[in-house]
Parts: sequence; C-alpha cells; structure tokens
Amino acid sequence: MTSTILRALSPWLLLALLFALAPQAFPSASALTMMSVMGVMIIFALSYNILLGQTGLLSFGHAVYYGLGGFVTIHAMNAIIHAKLNLPAPFLPLIGGLAGLAFGALFGLVSTKRAGIVFSMISLGLGELVSSSSFILRSFFGGEEGITTNRTKLAPFFGHKFGPQIEVYYLVAVWCFVCIVAMYALTRTPFGRMCNAVRDNPERAEFIGYSPRMLRFISFCFAAFFAGVAGGLAVLNFEIMNAQQLGAQQSSLVLVMAYVGGAGFFFGPIIGAVIMTFLQITLSDLTSAWQLYFGLLFIAVVLYAPGGVAGWLMLHAEAARRGELWRLAPAYALIAPAFAAGLIGAVMIVELAHHLFDQALDEGSAMRLFGVDVDAASMAPWLVALLLLGAGIGLGRLLWPRVGDAWGVVAARLNRAAAA
Amino acid sequence: MSAALSLVDLHKSFGLTQIIRGLSLEVAAGERHAIIGPNGAGKSTLFHLISGRLKPTSGEIRLNGERIGGLRPYEINRRGLARSFQVTNIFPKLSVYENLRCAALWSLGHKYSFWTRIEGLRDARARAESLMERIGLTARRDAPAGVLSYAEQRALEIGVTIAGDADVIMLDEPTAGMNNTETEQAVALIRKVTEGKTLVMVEHDMGVVFGLADRISVLVYGQIIACDTPARIRENDAVREAYLGQAGH
Ligand SMILES: Nc1ncnc2c1ncn2[C@@H]1O[C@H](COP(=O)(O)OP(=O)(O)O)[C@@H](O)[C@H]1O
Ligand SMILES: [Mg+2]
Repeated sequence: MTSTILRALSPWLLLALLFALAPQAFPSASALTMMSVMGVMIIFALSYNILLGQTGLLSFGHAVYYGLGGFVTIHAMNAIIHAKLNLPAPFLPLIGGLAGLAFGALFGLVSTKRAGIVFSMISLGLGELVSSSSFILRSFFGGEEGITTNRTKLAPFFGHKFGPQIEVYYLVAVWCFVCIVAMYALTRTPFGRMCNAVRDNPERAEFIGYSPRMLRFISFCFAAFFAGVAGGLAVLNFEIMNAQQLGAQQSSLVLVMAYVGGAGFFFGPIIGAVIMTFLQITLSDLTSAWQLYFGLLFIAVVLYAPGGVAGWLMLHAEAARRGELWRLAPAYALIAPAFAAGLIGAVMIVELAHHLFDQALDEGSAMRLFGVDVDAASMAPWLVALLLLGAGIGLGRLLWPRVGDAWGVVAARLNRAAAA
Repeated sequence: MSAALSLVDLHKSFGLTQIIRGLSLEVAAGERHAIIGPNGAGKSTLFHLISGRLKPTSGEIRLNGERIGGLRPYEINRRGLARSFQVTNIFPKLSVYENLRCAALWSLGHKYSFWTRIEGLRDARARAESLMERIGLTARRDAPAGVLSYAEQRALEIGVTIAGDADVIMLDEPTAGMNNTETEQAVALIRKVTEGKTLVMVEHDMGVVFGLADRISVLVYGQIIACDTPARIRENDAVREAYLGQAGH
C-alpha cells in the first residue's frame, strides 16, 4: 500500500527536487532569469494544452488570457502598492488567474459554441479584437511602453521582498509546481476524461448525456485561468506588461510550444516550453533571424514528428524499456552526418541571406559564420552552404530507408513480445 | 399510461422531400419492438428524430409521457433513452474500458465533476467492468476502440449504448455486416442486456427480428403500414408485397 503510494508520488517528488535544486546546478544570473521564464511558459503551454491536447480545440488567441491576466495583475499590483495593502507578491498570480477566468468565461460563451474551424476562427478574431483595443484603451494597456511596476514595493512575505532573481525563481517554481499538479489532476477527473471523449467524437458524447458545448466551455475557463496565472507570474518576473504579450505572436508561440513539445502527452508542453524558451533566449543572442528558425523547427516537427518531442521520446522509451534501442543505433549513426551537414548548410544559407539582405546595408558584406570570416557577397560561402545542404538532403533520402528498416525490426520485435 | 414511447403524427422533411410522413406509434414499457422496412424507408431518420439528432418538422414525441420533441440529444439521454448507431459511433482513441466508463459517468451522477478522481469512482469502474464482461471484450480492455475488429466495435457500440442504464434502448441495425455466429452472439447479448427494458430495434435479419421482437412495425416510405405480432406480420399480405417478398428475392 505505502509502496504504491510512494510510486505514484515519486515523479512529483523528483520534479519538486528538480525545481528546488536547479539554481544550484545553474546559479548564474542569466540562467536564473531563463529558468524563471521557463516556469511561466510551462504553465502557459500546459494551459494551452487543456484546449489543444485534451479537448481538441485549436486556439489562435490564447495569449489574450495570459496578457489580460497580466494587465489586471499589474494594475492591481500598482493599486496595492499605492494603498499600502498587506498583500505580498506570492498571492498576485491568483489575481491574474481570476482575471483570466473572468475573460475566459465571457469570451468562452461565444467561442465554445462550436468546435473545429469555427472555434479556431473565433479565437483568432477575439485575439485581434483584444489586440487592437490596446491601441484604443491606452491608459489600461500603456501604449507602446506598456505598464511598469516594482515588485519590491509590495508588502514583504516572511521578510522576503523578491528583489533578487533567486527569490522570484522560487516563487515561480512553487506556482509552476502547483499548477502542473493541478492541471495533471484535472486530466484524471470525470470532466477531464469527457474532454478527451468530446475531442474524439463530440456527437457521441451528446448521446451519453453530455453537452459538448458545456465541456468545451468549462475546459476553456480552466485554460484561461491557468493562462492568467502565467500572465500574473510574468508580471512579477519582468515588472512590465505590454500589448505584445496578448498579441498574435505570443498566441502562436504558445501553440508552437505545445505542439513541438507534443500535445498528445500531458508532459509534452512542459518539454516544449523549456526547449522553446531556451532557444528563444540563446538564439536571440546569437542571431537576429531567430524567429525564422522557430518557423523552420515548427514546420519540421509538423512534417516529420507530428507527435512532437514527447511522442518521439515515448517511442524510443518503449524500445529502450524492452532493450531494443541499440538496434536503431547503426542506422542513426549513419544518418547523423547527413543530418548535421544539411542543418549546417541550411543555417549558413539563412545567415548569409540575412546578412546580405539586411545587415550588409550598413555594415558591409563581411561577416563571421561559425567562427570563420566570410564575405556574404562572394560566391564561395554560398557554394559551400548549398553543397552541404544538397549533400545532407541527398544522403538523408538515400539513408532514410535504413532508419525505417531498423524501426521495422524493432516494432516487429515489440509486437511479438506484446502478443506473447 | 404505460407507453414508454409514443409518436403522434410525426413528420420530417429535408427541404421539399418528405422522409417521415405522418407516423404514429406506441411502444409499451418492457416491450421489444422491431422496425423493419426497405432501405431508405426512413428507419434511421426516425431514430434520429426520437433521439434528438434531428428535429421533427411536426408531430409529437413522448418519452414516458413527457414531450421530448426538439430537445437536445443529451437532454433526451438524461431522461432515460439511449441509442446506438447504424454506422459505428464510438470514441476511437479511448480504450474499450474508457469508452464504457465514460458512457456510464453521467447516469451515475458524476456529470462535469472536476473535483473527483476518476480512478476512485468505484461505481463507474464496476459498471464498466461488468459491461466489458457482458459484451465479451474484457481481453481487449486497454485496446483503443479504433483498432478493434468490426464485430468487436459493434459489440462496443451496444456496450456504450447501454452503459448509462437507460430504460429505453434503441439499436439501429446492430447485426448488420456480421456473419452467422457473430449474429447469434449479438442476439444473445441484446437479449441479455435489454432484460426488463424497452427495446426498439431496426433490423434486417428476419431470423433475428422474428426471434427477438414482441411486436414488429413495418416502415415503408415514411409510414408504418403494419404494426403487429411477428406471427401476424408474417401473414400480412400488404407487408409481404411491400417488403418481405422484396427481401426474399
Ligand atoms: N440529412 C439528410 N438530408 C437529406 N436526405 C436525407 C438525409 N438523411 C437521410 N436522407 C434520406 O432519407 C431517406 C431515408 O434514410 P434513412 O432514414 O437512413 O433510411 P433507412 O435507415 O430506412 O435505410 C433516404 O432516401 C435518405 O437519402
Ligand atoms: Mg438506416
């Protein structure tokens, strides 16, 4: 009895430990900032997946609830500071959550009437509506600069004023942990199961007593609530909120995070949020063309790994558990150089083009690429890039059947084991 | 007032085309009632009207005396009527067990509960497990419904229909496409699971119909041309001409 409870709890204990010890492993200021953002994005991406993965609703406007949660939080925060209320920082994300819930309930009434394309289109329309109203309601959205605040002016929480980033990190980590547990628990309720059912076959759900619209509406409210919590945490972390945070770009970012991570698995969006936040912060330091890479990565996942990173991992985990993973190694080793060559070639082309058509205008065409000085206006680097890309694609196509064969062997062995 | 289901002068048109043309019928509580008729006669359309998938153009539908015409399917289901579909209509990505458990949730009062752990619901588990046993799919418990064989999916279709323990069960061609042994098993299953309930069934297999039904309605071109016991229906000339003769050639 106690051992089964322990086994059920152990992933959560591990996660808590990971959150608690991460600053020990990555103590630098930049790492702490990045991990705080990751915590916020994990909540945001999981909230999105209540819609996409659990209920089968593809939203193009989920940042509305993140952003509005953030704006309400930041105004509440400034009012609290002004009135010297004794409400310390850790409670503020709840304000964001309630704001998200309120707007979710309001907009959910119109958007959850139908699923499918209608839902998607309404979410897009509502996103545009709220975005554009930020130009009209300037005192609420703060115009170009947005609204700022200062978290250290809030009442202290057991002596902590959340000035240092490490304190903010732990605040985010605790909220993130609680939200992950809560959203996971939600999937394991009658409501959560019926969301899956209505995702699979909304018509049949009606004939077993459930209103698909009501299920979608409740699901939408939960998603908006947790998005609002994420927005409130973002306010505490950044001490600023602007209209970009509720716009189309932020809405597509959360879609990409959930999808790349793997919407079919509860933990997929967690992986997606971590990867995409890491890439966003590191890539934007390395290259100003980082958004293009996001797009390429997204397309690659849609085309070649529709289950996302989580789906890919689960596939391999199953093989590893049965001790069959090594059978894939030769094929993977063979195709890895082709993959690397193609990737380097593609990156070179993007960077050369970006330099030539953008930065060269005021910096000249000389640039550094992978540590080598090249001239983006000369033939040589372009030829190398094209050669690498061509070789990568050619070899990849040539060798891909071997990967397929290896998987065929593994799948056959797994099936045989399952049948026995 | 013992009619479980009563239809009065029911009409349904799609645009200008009349499909159900003034249909009246009473099914007593506890009765096993079969509806037969040629393809395109409007049998499935009639099921859609009763179960709320389609709204009648005019006429009245009563379930246990209460008017249900025009209500949503889930409202009708909550009042104790469940139906199966001619084309299998289950939750393809959910396991066999989840299909049955989900279908039982509302009737057990768990509704939209997001505060109880589903694994902790003993009544839902017991219902799903006993159903799984009865429809013979216990060995397929964790298989996604979408990968089951045709006969298995048809059995699950019946399981999902009866999981909510409705008083009135409507089955639309439950044995269509099955071979003889599968049909026999399906009939035994239907007999077993509709014990003490009202059954309305569309069926093409005359062996099944004459063996199972207390009364038979013959639906031709949107109207019931005869409604009687199996023995009398067999002797009815109009029925012979309109339907049985046709089925026999
Ligand atoms: N949604 C619809 N729109 C137009 N015609 C329909 C629709 N549904 C069914 N029909 C027509 O109604 C007639 C009866 O169909 P149906 O009830 O499925 O027959 P049965 O189940 O008796 O074989 C058919 O001619 C069919 O083409
Ligand atoms: Mg039919």
